[in-house]
Amino acid sequence: MIGGFPIELLALQLFTGIALGSVFVLLAVGLSLIFGLLTVVNFAHGAFYMLGAYAGVFFIGYLGNFWLTLAVVPLAVGAVGLAVERWLVRPLYGRGIDYPLMLTFGLAYVLVEVVRILFGAEGVPFDAPDSLIGAVNIGVGYFPAYRLFVIAATAVLVLALWLFLEKTSYGLIIRAGARDSEIVRVLGIDISRVWLVVFALGTAVAGLAGVLSAPMRSVFPDMGTSVLVEAFVVTVVGGMGSLAGAVVAGLLVGVVVSMTSLFAPAMAEVSMFALMALVLLVRPQGLFGKKGLMG
Amino acid sequence: MGDHEKSKTGMVARGFSRRSILKGTAAGAAAVAAGPALFNIARAAEETIRIGFPVPLTGPYGSEAQEQARCAQIAVDQFNAAGGLNGRMAELLVRDDKLKPGEAATRTLELIEKDKVHYVCGSLSASVQLSVNAVTKARGIIYVSISQSDAINEAQDFSKYTFHEAMNPHMTAGAVGRYAFPKLGKRVAFLIADYAYGHEMVRGFKRAGEPHGIEVVAEVTHPLASKDFSTFLPQIMAAKPDVLCLCNFGYDQMNSLKQATGFGMKQQMQVLAPALLYNQRRAGGAAAYEGVIGGANYHWTLEESVPSAKAFNDVYRKKNDGAPPSDYGAYGYAGVGALLDGVKQAGTTDTDAVIAALEELKYDKYKGTQYYRKCDHQSVQSVFIVKSKSEAEMANEYDVFEIVDTDPASEDMLRSCAELGHA
Amino acid sequence: MNLANPQDELTVSGRRLAWLVSGMARHRVVAVLGFLLVFPFLLPYEALAVNILIYGLYALGFNMVFGYMGVLSFGHAAFFGLGSYATGIAIVHYGVPWLPALALGVILAGLGAAVIGGLAIRTRGIYFAMVTLALSQCVYYLVYQLEDLSGGENGLRGVDVYDLNIPGLDLSLIDPLTKYYFVFAFVALAVWLFSRILASPFGAVLEAIRENENRARACGIDVATSKWLAFVISGLFCGLAGALNAIHLTIVPIESLHYHTSGLAVMMALLGGMGTFFGPFVGALTFLMLEDVITVITVHWQLFVGGLFVFFILFFPRGIWGTLLHWMSR
Repeated sequence: MIGGFPIELLALQLFTGIALGSVFVLLAVGLSLIFGLLTVVNFAHGAFYMLGAYAGVFFIGYLGNFWLTLAVVPLAVGAVGLAVERWLVRPLYGRGIDYPLMLTFGLAYVLVEVVRILFGAEGVPFDAPDSLIGAVNIGVGYFPAYRLFVIAATAVLVLALWLFLEKTSYGLIIRAGARDSEIVRVLGIDISRVWLVVFALGTAVAGLAGVLSAPMRSVFPDMGTSVLVEAFVVTVVGGMGSLAGAVVAGLLVGVVVSMTSLFAPAMAEVSMFALMALVLLVRPQGLFGKKGLMG
Repeated sequence: MGDHEKSKTGMVARGFSRRSILKGTAAGAAAVAAGPALFNIARAAEETIRIGFPVPLTGPYGSEAQEQARCAQIAVDQFNAAGGLNGRMAELLVRDDKLKPGEAATRTLELIEKDKVHYVCGSLSASVQLSVNAVTKARGIIYVSISQSDAINEAQDFSKYTFHEAMNPHMTAGAVGRYAFPKLGKRVAFLIADYAYGHEMVRGFKRAGEPHGIEVVAEVTHPLASKDFSTFLPQIMAAKPDVLCLCNFGYDQMNSLKQATGFGMKQQMQVLAPALLYNQRRAGGAAAYEGVIGGANYHWTLEESVPSAKAFNDVYRKKNDGAPPSDYGAYGYAGVGALLDGVKQAGTTDTDAVIAALEELKYDKYKGTQYYRKCDHQSVQSVFIVKSKSEAEMANEYDVFEIVDTDPASEDMLRSCAELGHA
Repeated sequence: MNLANPQDELTVSGRRLAWLVSGMARHRVVAVLGFLLVFPFLLPYEALAVNILIYGLYALGFNMVFGYMGVLSFGHAAFFGLGSYATGIAIVHYGVPWLPALALGVILAGLGAAVIGGLAIRTRGIYFAMVTLALSQCVYYLVYQLEDLSGGENGLRGVDVYDLNIPGLDLSLIDPLTKYYFVFAFVALAVWLFSRILASPFGAVLEAIRENENRARACGIDVATSKWLAFVISGLFCGLAGALNAIHLTIVPIESLHYHTSGLAVMMALLGGMGTFFGPFVGALTFLMLEDVITVITVHWQLFVGGLFVFFILFFPRGIWGTLLHWMSR
């Protein structure tokens, strides 16, 4: 017994926290990617996440297969991201960081409302595939099979992104572009196309997060609002633009929220903000952030 | 400087309309005689009876609100078709309160000051109804609330102008508890949304459970509008309850239920949800809700035994491609319907006369006989205990609940007038 | 004027407009107040006019940090909300008369700004926006949890100031026009004060910081302290707006503290024109009027509001008033 709770419960709670943390990682990666490489704060991140869930609803009705839907949704949402970067965000590069932020803030309103018009305001059902329904005994207690799958999916996604950015030549160009876009341009590389790809990639990941979350968190037009905040907290705690930071911070926030849920459940949500404020005050660039990035 | 002044007055003169000048003078004169009476004087007898109807047309509960407005319009149409009040017709003015108390207060002020409504009916959340009520009671306008709250019955917020057509959380949770505890077990866990409405449901359950000797094994509060409930569920499972009471509403209920289903909790315990809503169940899907027992003010299958339900369903179906009305939609019909019954009974739109008529009224709009209790103007009505059907049990897409029991209308299920602080 | 020639008419009225706008820009306090004095007669109903006054003042206060100092804060809801709650709680729970209650609201908002500003001012750029957002959310939850005082999610009810009890005057806030001029009196005072601050050497310091922080530092300006001071002053104005809102609505909704309320200030300041004196009021007027008109026409008002916002960022980043001033100065 610790703090009045049996050890098994504490262990299960810790595991739940890590599982929740991996959901946070999933939510934050797309935001972190776009910020780190473009220094664009995408306030429409939650809206892209929501688009992903609705794209999932649409494609699963059309294709009838969950796994196929998982593959198609990021492409569809990424395509929307592509258009947004090309026509809306691109004219704002060089005008200061506040402008894309405010533009995407307004864009989120538009996207949510368009979904309301197309799919209705009250939300639609979305269930996990039959093979992932039910709970599995993990030793300290029962845990939903679907959440275990999400943990695995997140790990695969993060690994794939890391390999892409660190081990491919296109990843090298992207990283070089983030460090000094002028030099990259001088070397004869079309940097605006690189930015286009990164933005589309970030939104595609947001869309994937949306469809993966749909069976757990329900599908309704406002589902992205709170996600935006969660993703921000994780990104800021981890250090904006750091993939490793997003992973560590996601897990950390998950565990903090989980433990607060046990000991002071009403404080579960504010614990996240308290952690963020604390980290920012002690280490303003976040746990893994590079100093002076946004100076 | 003088030139600027002149140009400004020039601009002013162009911007002024004669109407607004007249309005301004009138308002200025009226300011001298300010007070609640201001809005009720000097009304021509043949004037339309205007009812303001603020509901959250946009936002997460937009569809529900639009259904409420449609149902309220049916009540107005029926009143007018029956000749109105000696030929005076009624009119419904629907406004979007955006589910925000501040917006609702502004909209209510607009309805009273600009549209000069006689009465207000509406709102879909506790905080919004309390804000509308604050505005109407200060101005002496009758307000019929159609969403759940315990606070509005209490002396601090209540005024003689306040009527509460919806059930309140105390009676809903109580009715569900009285049905469930003796049948399903005494070990009870609560998952509570951290706001007044959540805690009010807990109080209702506990009060109902006392005579049955329930034991509370877990009481977990979650922040309002949580998206992930996974971290709250292990402690509930560890407590091994017979019954889990979900004291939350709407999307919170849907998400917590979905996630509890994922954790396999429904195999271990019976889930109770006091405010089990027809539209929320339809949005959440049959699988998540299957087997959940809850309370409802209405389910359309009531038409099999209650004639007024049949009549209401038929009118609604005719206007809505055969779809039956929802439970919260029906509140809109009953709220405006009862109000207009009161007006007819009083034979005048005079506020005090209508209040007196409403206090005496017995009405059966859609679910059997109801009346407003004198001390707190709470509508005394039956509570239906419903059980959510599985996909296989549903006869059609609207057939989502089975009515398993009825807690008949009685003041016994309410808190006493003295407890609410009424003399 | 030769009405037969429409071309002439156009240039004349164009010139007159230019003269009017530049005149208003030069005598900004008189212009703002003169307009607001007749304002309720131009609008469909008084409660909307009062909202525009209050949110205009809120955006004005916000603009000191955003427009004049060039720092984006996403936490100004905290000051609006603290002002609201302090005034409301003083009246509801402690029976404080309305004038001292208003003062309390302003003071508490200022204290909140002093603390949040003190913590956040060390960070820069986008992190400043994030820290202020996080800290203001903490304030939100704190007030939410103090249910006995704040009413929690249900909001604080019973801020029933109707009779002003001013000797010799029989004024009741139940009358919508009286309420408008009551709020107007405070807004007028605030606008005058705001203008004086901008005209003072401190105003010049703010602009120096906005233009180039390093150069300002090199000129011997204590940048950190000046920033903090501007943040506190900004908080005081927003607090007054919040306090007036409590009296206007007779309730304090918890949404006052939500970060959406912070976003509202950004939207209004941007729409009107950041860093312009008249801009915040133009922004508040445009935003609230549009919302009011569009909600009556369609339930999809967010589509238009969001779309308009995107449109302005892309094509008119100076905002309505800023663009107008820019055209006139050309």
